[in-house]
This record gives sequence, structure tokens and C-alpha cells, in this order.
Amino acid sequence: MLNGTEDEEKWLAEGIAGIQHNAFYMHRALDSNNLREALKYSAQMLSELRTSKLSPHKYYELYMRAFDELKRLELFFKDDSKHGVSVVDLYELVQHAGNILPRLYLLCTVGSIYIKSKEAPAKEVLKDLVEMCRGVQHPIRGLFLRSYLAQISRDKLPDIGSEYEGDADTVMDAVDFVLQNFTEMNKLWVRMQHQGPGGVREKREKERSELQDLVGKNLHVLSQIEGVDLEMYKETVLPRVLEQVVNCKDDLAQYYLMDCIIQVFPDEYHLQTLETLLGACPQLQPTVDVKTVLSRLMDRLSNYAASSTDVLPEFLQVEAFSKLSNAIGKVIEAQLDMPAVGAITLYVSLLTFTLRVHPDRLDHVDQVLGACVKKLSNIPKLEDSRAMKQVVALLSAPLEKYNDIVTALTLSNYPRVMDHLDIGTNKLMAMVIIQSIMKNNSCISTADKVEVLFELIKGLIKDIDGADVDELDEEDFKEEQNSVARLIHMLYNDEPEEMLKIICIVRKHTMVGGPKRLPFTVSSLVFSALRLLRQLQGQEGDIVGEEASMTPNKIFQLLTQIIESLSAVPSPELALRLYLQCAEAANGCDIEHVAYEFFTQAFLLYEEEIADSKAQVTAIHLIIGTLQRMNVFGVENRDTLTHKATGYSARLLKKADQCRAVYACSHLFWVDDQDGIKDGERVLLCLKRALRIANAAQQMANVARGSGGPVSLFVEILNKYIYFFEKGNKQITSSAIQGLIELINTEMQSDSTNPDSVADAFLASTLRYIQFQKQKGGVMGEKFESIKL
Amino acid sequence: MNYLVGAFKLPCNIFISFADGRIRKQVPLKKENGKTVMVALFQSQESIVGEVVIEPVHRKKVEHNGVKIVLLGQIELYFDRGNFYDFTSLVRELDIPGELYERKTYPFEFSTVEMLYESYNGVNVRLRYILKVTISRDYVSNIVEYQEFVVHNYTPPPSINNSIKMEVGIEDCLHIEFEYSKSKYHLKDVIIGKIYFLLVRIKLKNMELEIRRRESTGSGPNTHVETETFAKFELMDGASVRGESIPIRLFLSPYELTPTYQNINNKFSVKYYLNLVLVDEEDRRYFKQQEITMYRLLETS
Repeated sequence: MLNGTEDEEKWLAEGIAGIQHNAFYMHRALDSNNLREALKYSAQMLSELRTSKLSPHKYYELYMRAFDELKRLELFFKDDSKHGVSVVDLYELVQHAGNILPRLYLLCTVGSIYIKSKEAPAKEVLKDLVEMCRGVQHPIRGLFLRSYLAQISRDKLPDIGSEYEGDADTVMDAVDFVLQNFTEMNKLWVRMQHQGPGGVREKREKERSELQDLVGKNLHVLSQIEGVDLEMYKETVLPRVLEQVVNCKDDLAQYYLMDCIIQVFPDEYHLQTLETLLGACPQLQPTVDVKTVLSRLMDRLSNYAASSTDVLPEFLQVEAFSKLSNAIGKVIEAQLDMPAVGAITLYVSLLTFTLRVHPDRLDHVDQVLGACVKKLSNIPKLEDSRAMKQVVALLSAPLEKYNDIVTALTLSNYPRVMDHLDIGTNKLMAMVIIQSIMKNNSCISTADKVEVLFELIKGLIKDIDGADVDELDEEDFKEEQNSVARLIHMLYNDEPEEMLKIICIVRKHTMVGGPKRLPFTVSSLVFSALRLLRQLQGQEGDIVGEEASMTPNKIFQLLTQIIESLSAVPSPELALRLYLQCAEAANGCDIEHVAYEFFTQAFLLYEEEIADSKAQVTAIHLIIGTLQRMNVFGVENRDTLTHKATGYSARLLKKADQCRAVYACSHLFWVDDQDGIKDGERVLLCLKRALRIANAAQQMANVARGSGGPVSLFVEILNKYIYFFEKGNKQITSSAIQGLIELINTEMQSDSTNPDSVADAFLASTLRYIQFQKQKGGVMGEKFESIKL
Repeated sequence: MNYLVGAFKLPCNIFISFADGRIRKQVPLKKENGKTVMVALFQSQESIVGEVVIEPVHRKKVEHNGVKIVLLGQIELYFDRGNFYDFTSLVRELDIPGELYERKTYPFEFSTVEMLYESYNGVNVRLRYILKVTISRDYVSNIVEYQEFVVHNYTPPPSINNSIKMEVGIEDCLHIEFEYSKSKYHLKDVIIGKIYFLLVRIKLKNMELEIRRRESTGSGPNTHVETETFAKFELMDGASVRGESIPIRLFLSPYELTPTYQNINNKFSVKYYLNLVLVDEEDRRYFKQQEITMYRLLETS
């Protein structure tokens, strides 16, 4: 058998030739109305189907040829004016053929006419046919013969409403017939596995799967019998089909047929017979892929449930969930070596099912997750990536369904499932959770839920043992931490007491995050706390008094602690900003010592931690800006702080920075609101000092590079002069401005100065402003009148 | 014995006809030369009535020593060719010695003739019924004419007709149980039954049911037994397995069977057997033979 396929082609060709040859003579006999010859040649033609040499695929080709010819023969048989023999006699006559296969094909053909003639009840003929077909025990030949029988009988079943309907219990006959044919076909099909030479199991399985639809077609026919109502399906059809499925003990057949049952019969039938159907599952062979079967069943039921809300009561009535749940439990128990992915897939299907059918029953969801945890706990480590994917699907399903993480947080088993994920997947899942919250804008409002939530996403919050830090992708990490930061903002409760708890919990969790995460989370936390503070202020009067635990002071203490944690990172710039924010908040709360304390912290940081000159510049400007807005300080404290700030300003490294910082300090002495401090003298001092520094910068530039320094510093100072002049600082006179303008002009015209278009433009627009104010007239115009350009 | 036929034309023609010849049932009969002719069918205790017409050729006078008609029942054994055992011989004188000048008609009648044996045409033996008209003459050979007819005897359906049921097998190899619904069948009957497989350890290819006829002739040491297989009817294609039952339905009408004959005139017997044959993939045949009784049922149609 070196070239098996070639041989097969040859045999097939021979078979086809044989059929054609005999069909030719058969046609001649038909044309001359010669029944005897017709029978002879049709039997010879059908004898070609007796071959054992062809694979199912090739045999099918041969069968189809014969099938077409039989249709012609049937037409001839039907017309008794042509052959003059009654159908009853014909029915006997064809049985004279000595070979069984041609005999039975002919018998089926005549049988079909017999039923049509209604000379005998359809059920009798069908019963006889299906019984006689037992004579062919060869799997392939038998399957095709019975498939022919099924084919010709399809439209002749004594179904309700059919013209072949008999007196009583007639549907039962139709069902019996199809069931029997199905049973026999399945037996033949299963037997194929055990016959023929060994060692070619794979090939045989392939051949068998080519034939599976022949068997399954019977179930399809059954499903289309009108008379098969729920009652009959429940009492007769399903038990008998399942009996056959279970008893055949063949994994291929069991899998295919279970699937077939699930696909061909209506959903409501499945629902009402769930127990029976599921009861068969643990009885299947251990090698059967039950999980796919069950998954498909649940998918179908889920879709059914989703199709209309009217059917939901049905589901409740039959307790579909608990039945499915039990069945899955049993299957998993029974199949010990089922891979984790299989079990989890089952749970995913069950979960999908319950989410669709009982969206209100969270306990079901939790139960499924619980079962999954139990299964997972038996597996030391989940390494299968497919299983992991299924777990993610399992965990995502409730989120998608409820669009609300709050619901998921009430599931006690949810975090336990997450524990079984590997680190990467855990993070992924945490991200999914956060994204779900973001997308749905859900607000987590109780401390308990926050606790659970942070337990869930702990993969993002802290390093987990064994995680390979080096492998972290910087960008991913940032994205994750930003998400966490965003999440913190989503936690909110109107009740300050609860909100404080939330903050405490978040703090507890985030503090362990390590230096890499803290910069992301701390600021969110700080601002969250600050929001609480504002909230508290809004309700001030009625609550603060009663609840001593909830004082702003306490929150500030908390804030201090939070920010202090940044020292471990270290991230002094951020800490500084946060201190300043807090100071401002303290200012809002009118608590001087706290604000002072925050400033102190800020200054300390500035002094001890911020060494980079650029950072220093930014920091000092921030300090000045914040300090300027503070109104809580008494004179002494304010003096101390402003003094410090100016001192630091003057000690910046670059002259230009010094200059800018110093003139910015001038604002510290002139707060432009009603009872703000207005110390014109010290403003002037600052500005003069700035001028001096600018001068020094200019000279340094001359010495160092032989060219003039930036004139723009002067212009900037001029702008400050004009500002304070306008604000009514008596110390700033028009003559001072006049002098400064002249100074600038001189500087710009000096040889050593490089032309600087930016500075030129700046000056020009400043001068234009003065011109504008002069022209405007009024009080301002008079004030500017004395300045000559 | 007819050596003169070639030389001389017979002086007269003889026609033998039955009174109810037009309505009487005719059945095919195979002649020795292989041709089939239709002949009248009688049964035992029937009266055989008819007439003999003798017509001298060319109005020539035929002298004779008398005309007689004989009803003969003969058994002819082929290995003993030429010897006829007449088990029945009835004579009717039709005419006294005299002369025949013209066409003359002689009616004859054998009333309620006992014809216990049926006509039979077997491998080694033939049983036949003949009407023989003899015009005896002096000096020249007698003028003889024959008319064969067929006798079928009908049996009422047997009052006891048990089914044949049997379990057979080869140890640890093959065990089957078969059942034929009856042990006695009429000629147009249907054999209904089934084969139930109890144990199958061999790879079967197919199963057939054969109808065999066993004809034994002679007696004692000279007994000849000839077995013919009439039907080879395939019952099963492929290999069955334990627990399967295969239906049998074999129509007997297409086969030219006769009833079972038991020791006909001490000369021969004809018996029928059903032979169930199972063939395995190496073409080994396993079989079990069961005798059945055939009988002729009066056809009502």
C-alpha cells in the first residue's frame, strides 16, 4: 500500500464506471418499462457500493452517484402504469435480491413510495425499513445506507400535521424511527474505531469525523419534528439520545453528539431539561472535552437569556444556575487531570451565564469566583498563559457587566482570585479595574470599599516579592502609577469623617509603595486631603465643634506625615511644592502656626535638599509666590519668612537669577489688597538691590566676555517700578523711573552692548505703555505726566 | 421403438384432450429435451376425464386389435435409465379390435384417481404421470401417443408448526442464537427469523442463508445423494458485534421448490435444509444446517 491514494483513485474510478455501466442498462430497461431488467441492473449497480476499499470520503462520491440513479429508479417505481406491479408486490419483489446491500437500498427506495401510496401506515413501513437495515453491519456501508434511509424518510415521517400522520401516538412512531436509526448509526460509527487494522488510529479518527454529520443529521431531523414538544423531548427524546451517548463510551462520538444536542434543540428545551443534560456530563469518558461542551451550553443559554427578558423567570424557576454550578463542580472533580485553563474556562462561561441571567445575584458571582479560587488553590502556580487569560476574562466579566467596580468590591472572592495571578497579569487586571472606574466615573465612597479596592490593585501599589524590577518598562510603570494617582482622585465621600478614613487607608497602602511610586501617589493623596480640608471649611461651624477628631489640625498633621514620606525618595522639589500647597491651605484655615511650620519645612528642604541651582531658582520663586499670598502671619513671623526669602534670593548663584528673585521679593512687601501689607520703603530697597545686582551682572559680563550683559534685566526692573508706581507706592517716584529709563538708554547705546532685539522690543513696548498711560489722562495720566521719554 | 416413424408416416394421428382442458390450470413442465411446455395440473382423487381423437391419415383404413388408454404413474431413476417403475397403472379399453376408417372420438374417464405422489423432476430421479393411448396392431408396431400431466397435492397448513431455535457456537470464538419462526413452510412462504450474536471473537465478513435440497435415490448400498443449493441469500454484510440481532426475511417464491418427499415408493426422498453460513475475513465458513419441511398449500387465488 505504498501509494494508497492512487489505488483508491483507481478503485473509485472503477466503482464509478461500474455504476455508470449498469445505470446505462437500467435506463434502457426503464425506458422500455421492463421491471425485471430494471431490478436486475439496479441491483448490479448498487453492488458497486459493496466495496470495502474506499475511504469514507471517496465512498461518499460513489454513494452520491448511486443516489442520483436511485432517484430515477424511484420515479419509475412510482408510476405503476409503467411496470404494472402494485407497490405491495414491488416491496416484496425487491427483497428477492440475493445481496443484502442492493436489496436494502432498493427496499428503502420502494419503501418511500410505499409510504407515499398510503397503502400501509407510514409507521409500519418505517419500522420495517429501520429494522431490516440491521443486516448491514459494516460501519461505512451501514452508515451510508442508513443515511439514505434517513434521507428518503425525512419528508414522510408521521409527524403532527404531516399527511402521513396516523391515528394515535403517531409522533411517537416518527420519533422512535429516527431514534432507532440514530442509535444504530451511532453504534456503527463508534464501531469504526475498533475495526480494521490497528496502528492507524489517527487516520481512522479523521475518517470518522468525516462521517459525523451523517450521524448528527438524525438529531437535526428530530429537532425538526413538529410533534416533539417539550414534554416529549423531556420524557423520550433526550433520555434516549443521552442513553446512547453515554453507553457508546466513545470520546469522539460523545463530544460530537453532546455538542450536537446543544446546538440543534431549542434553548427553552435545554433549560427545562438541564438536570438531565448535565447529569450526563460526568458520565462521559474522561477524555471527552466536557468543558467545551458545557461552555457552549452556557453560552447558548446566556444568549438566550440575553435575547429577551421574558425568559428570565424560566431560568429562575428551574434554578439553572445552581444546576450548572453543580455540574461544573462534578465535572472538575471527576476529571482530575483537566488543565487549569479548562476549569477556568468553565468558570468564565458560568460567570457569563449568571451575569446575563441573574445580574442581581451577586452571591452567584461570588460563588463562582469562590469555586475558582478553590480550584486555583490546588495548583501551585499558574503558569499557563492561556489559563491566565481566562482568569483575566473571569475577573473582567463582572466589571463589564456592572460597569461599576463598587459591585465587584463587594465580592469577597474577587481579591482571592487575583492573588493567583502572576505579577504581570495581576497588574494588567489592576489596570483594567482602574480603567473601568475611570470610564464609568464611578466614585468609591466608603472606606471599606477603598480598602478592598487597594487590596485588589496592590500589584500596582507596591513591589511584590519576586518581581523582577529590572524588567519594568519605564513608560508602563509611569502609566500605571499615573492611573493609581488618578484613581485616588476618584475616591470621595461627602462625609468628612469617612473621607478621612478613606485617606488614611489610601495612605496606609501607598506608603509602602517605595521610592519609585511615592512621587506619583503622594501628590494625589495630598490634594485629596486638601480637598477634605476645604470640604470641612465649607461645613465649618456645625460639625467641627462636635467631632473633635476631625480638626484641620489633625489633617495637617496627616499631611505633614504624608509629605515627609517623600524624604525617602528623595524628591525635595515635589515635597517643597506640597508643603507650600499645605501652607496655603493652612492660610485658608487661618492657622498661623501650622502655616509657619509648613514654610519652615519648605525652607529646610530648600536649604538642605535642593542643591541644583536651577531647581533653587524655581523653588525660590514658588516660595515667594506662596508667601506673597499668605495673610495669616503676624508681623514677626512674616518678617522672619520674608527675610529668609529675600536672603535666599540674594544668594542664588547666577546674578541674573539673583536679580530676578530679589525684585520678585519686592512683592512680599506690597500685597495689593485691602488690608495687605504695604511697605513702600522695603519695596524700594528690594528694587534698588535688584538694580545693583543688575549693574554688577553687567559689569561682570563686561569683564568676562568683553561685552555687555543683558539689558533686559533693567527693563524688567523698570516694569516693576512702573507696577509699584501705578499701585501708589509713594517711595517710587516718577523721577526714579525717569532715571531708570535713561540708564537703560545709555546702556543700550554703549559700544560694548550687543544688540538684543528681544530686550529692544521689551523696552519699546514698556515705553509704549508709559506713553499710553500718559495719553489716557485722568489720575493715571497725571501721575505719568512727569515722566519724559 | 419408433424406428418406423422415419420410414413410414403414421397411419393416424391421435389427440388426447381433457374435458376441462380450457379452464384447467396449466403448469410449466420441463421436457427431456430442455424445452418447457405447459401441461394440465391435477391432484389426487380428481377424476381425469377427456377424450381421445383418432384420425386416420388420408382416410386410410387402420386395422387394430383394440384401442386402450393407460394412466401411468412412473418413477424413473437416471442411473437405472430405461427402467420405469410404474406405481400406478389404470387401463381403460376404448375400442374392441376392428378397423378405423374415419375420425373417431373416444371419451374416457378415470374417476377419483389415487395419485399420492407428486410429479417431480430432480437430479437423479423423475416422477411423472402419463396418459398413454395405444392402438395395438398385429405384425406392425403399435401406434402409441403420450400425454403428460402434472400432479400437485396440497396439504393443509400443519397444526403444529414449531419455530426452530438454537444456540450454536465455537467455544470462546463465536456464539450465536438463531431462530426461524417455523419449521414447516409452504412453497410461497417467507422465512422470518433472526440471528442474535452472543459472542463474536472472529472477524466476520458476511453471513448468508442457503436453501439446500437433498435428494436421495435408491436404497441400501445403492443410495445416491445429491445436494443442490437453491438460494444464497445474504443476511448480513460486515462484522456484527455482541448484542446485535440481524433480521431474516427470505421470500421462498422466487425459488422453484417442491414439497418435502419422504420415501416415495421406496425409491427416493427429497429433503430441504436451511443452512446458515458465517464467513470470516479469511473466507473460513462456519455453518449450521437445519431441516425444514416444505409443503404445498392450496393457492386460493
